Amino acid sequence: MIKRKSVIQVKDLVAKYGDDIILDRISFDVYEGEIFAVLGGSGSGKSTLLKHLIGLLQPYSGQVIIDGDDIANCDEKKFQAILRKIGVLYQSAALFGSMTLAENIAMPIFEYTDLPKISVDNLVKMKLDLVHLDGYENHLPSEISGGMKKRAGLARAMALNPKILFFDEPSAGLDPVTSAELDNLIVNLNRNLKTTMIIITHELQSIFAVAHRVILLHRSNRGIIAEGDPQYLRDHSKNLFVKQFFNRLAGDNTVD
Amino acid sequence: MRKSEDLQSCRYEVSQSEDGSMTLHIQGRMDASSAGRMIEGVKSLLKDRLPSSLTVDLEKVTYLDDFGALVLVELKYLMTGAKDKLYLTNASDKVKDVLSILNFDTIGERVSAPKKRSPNIFTRLGEGVFRQASDLTFTFAFIGSVCLSLLYVCLHPKSLRTNDTFLNMEKMGVDALPIVGLISFLLGLIMAFMSSVQLRQFGANIYVASLVSLAMVRELGPIMTAIIVAGRSGSAFAAEIGTMKISEEVDALFTMGFDPTRFLVVPRIVASVIVVPFLTLFSDLFAIVGGLVVGVSMLDLTANAYVAQTIKTLTLFDVFWGFLKSGVFAVLITMVGCLRGFQVKGGAAGVGRATTSAVVSSIFLIILSDSIFAIILRYWG
Ligand SMILES: Nc1ncnc2c1ncn2[C@@H]1O[C@H](COP(=O)(O)OP(=O)(O)OP(=O)(O)O)[C@@H](O)[C@H]1O
Ligand SMILES: [Mg+2]
Repeated sequence: MIKRKSVIQVKDLVAKYGDDIILDRISFDVYEGEIFAVLGGSGSGKSTLLKHLIGLLQPYSGQVIIDGDDIANCDEKKFQAILRKIGVLYQSAALFGSMTLAENIAMPIFEYTDLPKISVDNLVKMKLDLVHLDGYENHLPSEISGGMKKRAGLARAMALNPKILFFDEPSAGLDPVTSAELDNLIVNLNRNLKTTMIIITHELQSIFAVAHRVILLHRSNRGIIAEGDPQYLRDHSKNLFVKQFFNRLAGDNTVD
Repeated sequence: MRKSEDLQSCRYEVSQSEDGSMTLHIQGRMDASSAGRMIEGVKSLLKDRLPSSLTVDLEKVTYLDDFGALVLVELKYLMTGAKDKLYLTNASDKVKDVLSILNFDTIGERVSAPKKRSPNIFTRLGEGVFRQASDLTFTFAFIGSVCLSLLYVCLHPKSLRTNDTFLNMEKMGVDALPIVGLISFLLGLIMAFMSSVQLRQFGANIYVASLVSLAMVRELGPIMTAIIVAGRSGSAFAAEIGTMKISEEVDALFTMGFDPTRFLVVPRIVASVIVVPFLTLFSDLFAIVGGLVVGVSMLDLTANAYVAQTIKTLTLFDVFWGFLKSGVFAVLITMVGCLRGFQVKGGAAGVGRATTSAVVSSIFLIILSDSIFAIILRYWG
């Protein structure tokens, strides 16, 4: 097997809130063009990990290297350059409430490209169409549903076609049909634009449908308890929790 | 081949045949970095004369994303004026995939959503009137529900959330004491200083004490305190309740069986009615001390004489009147702050508007009700 290029390298990352250690010396790589899923029970530190990957929180120790640059120890200019390479869909979509959906998406495009106004409008329309929100250009975020907000947030995260896309629970709050469509969209974007994607999710179906590789976090060891292909882990893992997680079994001793 | 242009990583060549059709050969990466210049280029190319048909050869395109597709979309829009349309040839599978998930084939046929906001002035006027009317109804409903809740709490004193009330008393009163004290002290200082310049000419230095104490206790103490409380706490109420409203916390309270008014508004009203009059009393006191400092240091008055004159001037009624006024101001500030909070719609900007509006409306209501008090006193006292 050929050695693939890593776009994200996490080395011995320790994440703390005050004195609470949430993640204890975890290391993993995400390769170029990969769909990488971060799994784990509620409260296992998935969102915390994401915040470290995108530079919102500083690691207590260890390194997060994005495309060759250490995100925690780099100058302001480098950091801005890294930010241009990433797009983030937040757990609560984080759309700007005072702007319409079209303005939300157009904002980064105006800022970072030299496209004329009419072209930006057309582009925004295409982006909204991509997430099945055509016709909602002039709605405010407060006027659309939770699932629609999520999709609009996705369109905004993709506004500049970043090299790496982060999703915090993309399909939470979506109906099964839209959720499956979103999976297709993710696979399509990944294949055609070669976007590397890091997805935080609980949805087993979508994990099996899209993820190439996963890591599974667990509270017990404040770190990774399994890493690899999701199908393989489901069928061959020896670890009880991994089995329970991928086969959707209850946590008590119903497993023989 | 007639024209060629360099566009960093992306370039195109144009060939034209005799029957008026044109072919664009595009090569390289069609992405965000090249899209702007590509669009300008093709626009100026097609501006003079539209070809009868346009074929775009995508054979050498190595990468295409939606910014690249945008160039093709712009071409398509430009070509809608021509007899014949736009043809794409030699697109690789990847490019075709991207174009198909973007629904490129149907893109020109879709109608865009109509812009909101009717430009008609009469429609806007009508909307404005309806909005004001519904605001007014909401205000009356709110006042009604506050009265009912207060009544309920009077009848069932146990249902008052005492912890919350004490917390609010601390935030409104104790925490405001330093700033109220400082401002009142300076106000007393200034008043004594300004009036002494005039009164000294008549040798009536001692009346500085009367002027400062009477003006402060009857008018300025309650008003200054109320304005500070409006700025500190009225705005905080609006922001807090507004944020709770947009994050559906108010709805959660409601479905859990709590009456949002009784839960949020009543403790704040009770706290403010208790605390603001005392704050006013402190304000009066600090102002008198401020006046005393000027009197003793600049007007050759003794502290004893100053205090004696102050006590001689003030009646119990004056103090009571100031107390009453500040109680009324407190209710107004709290009601307006909470009302504006409950009226918040939309997102963060709505909270900002509510906060501004809470402070502005409270200050207006404070001055208005103070005038009413003045009139009542004039004809009654
Ligand atoms: N701002 C914070 N301050 C202190 N502790 C926090 C903070 N945010 C999260 N935590 C703690 O960190 C742990 C991990 O939280 P995190 O939000 O990363 O979980 P998660 O895996 O994203 O869960 P979920 O699937 O429910 O979103 C939790 O135990 C939580 O109590
Ligand atoms: Mg989370």
